[in-house]
Amino acid sequence: MDINATLLGQLITFLILVWFTMKYVWPPITKAMQEREKKIAAGLEAADRSKRELELAEHKALAIIREAKLDAAQIVDQSHKRAVQIVDEAKANARTEGQRILDQANEEFAREVSRTRETLRKHLASLAIAGAEKIISRNLDPVTNAALLDEFVAEI
Amino acid sequence: MNTETASAITPAQYVQHHLDHLLFNLNSMSFGNNGFWTLNLDTVLVSLVTGLIIATLLRVVAVRMTAGVPGKLQNFVEIIIEFVQKSVTDTFHGTSKIIAPLALTIFVWVFFMNVMDLLPIDLLPRALAAVGFTHFKNVPTADPNMTFAMSISVFVLIIFYNFKIKGWHLAKEVFTKPFGIYLFPLNITFRLVEEFVKPLSLALRLFGNMFAGELVFILIALLPWWAQWLPGGIWSIFHILIISIQAFIFMMLTIVYLSMAHDKH
Repeated sequence: MDINATLLGQLITFLILVWFTMKYVWPPITKAMQEREKKIAAGLEAADRSKRELELAEHKALAIIREAKLDAAQIVDQSHKRAVQIVDEAKANARTEGQRILDQANEEFAREVSRTRETLRKHLASLAIAGAEKIISRNLDPVTNAALLDEFVAEI
Repeated sequence: MNTETASAITPAQYVQHHLDHLLFNLNSMSFGNNGFWTLNLDTVLVSLVTGLIIATLLRVVAVRMTAGVPGKLQNFVEIIIEFVQKSVTDTFHGTSKIIAPLALTIFVWVFFMNVMDLLPIDLLPRALAAVGFTHFKNVPTADPNMTFAMSISVFVLIIFYNFKIKGWHLAKEVFTKPFGIYLFPLNITFRLVEEFVKPLSLALRLFGNMFAGELVFILIALLPWWAQWLPGGIWSIFHILIISIQAFIFMMLTIVYLSMAHDKH
């Protein structure tokens, strides 16, 4: 229970322990703790920021989708109109084309008819001449003539 | 204590035996008393061992320290450090780098040495008696040498900071507080008493609590074996509170005294 040299020994031990704590224990531990505090603060902030960004992105996506829907509807509308237009055009084209072909055919037909008629006329004329020659080369026998004429008519 | 030893020695002898330190004569380098140049070997050994355990533990944590997810040990140490840090920043507003580590060392070391009081009173003395040591007190904080060593270190720091921070202001403070300059002899006396009472009260409070606690354990050990568990248990549980509070008070008063040394009035 007396105060003795133990006091000095304990003093030294205590000082060494305090020095050790001050130099090798306290700084690294508190430093890491502060670092963690900073990290956590940064993490929370980042979480907040990304939350905001997510909201923003969602809004943007919704807007884009709405726009796309509008566009699509517009395109469908346009294509409908265009299809109707094309069909109409095709119909009109076909009609005019048909008309044209018909006209052509009619014309062709008319031309053919007139050509045939012409040919026939030529034939008739040559036949008439041939008939006349035949009649003339024979006697002017009415009976024969009549027979010739009949024959001629029959030939026609 | 069992009946065999009770018959061999009287209760007074038993108590006296438990109050004696394991003495080491520094002159002749042998066991025995030699006035001032004697070492209380038990105090020195136990405080060294506890100090080494603490230093190793804290250093291991400090080396493995990560700012990421802490392990269990790191978490535990961090709780203690945060507690000490909070106690320091609550009362101390200076920028000293020594006060917080000092407070941590005091708190943890004193606590561990106090915890030695919870070991069964005869455990270490008996075990060491088997290998030839006659006496052993296993609570270093129940030795005034230990408590005064710490309080005197704190006292030196108080004086140091008083001079360093206050400078000439200290003289003014010593001469004029609390009664004004005309009563300066009284002021100086008051101041000296105030300062010297600080280490004295620090050391004696811890020593007194631990010594009394140990004494009560010794007295409980004098009861017959079947009557020991109830008072022993109650006192042990109560003592858990005391050892924590005493460690905390020593740390807290150190912080308060040092912040007083920093504050200019």
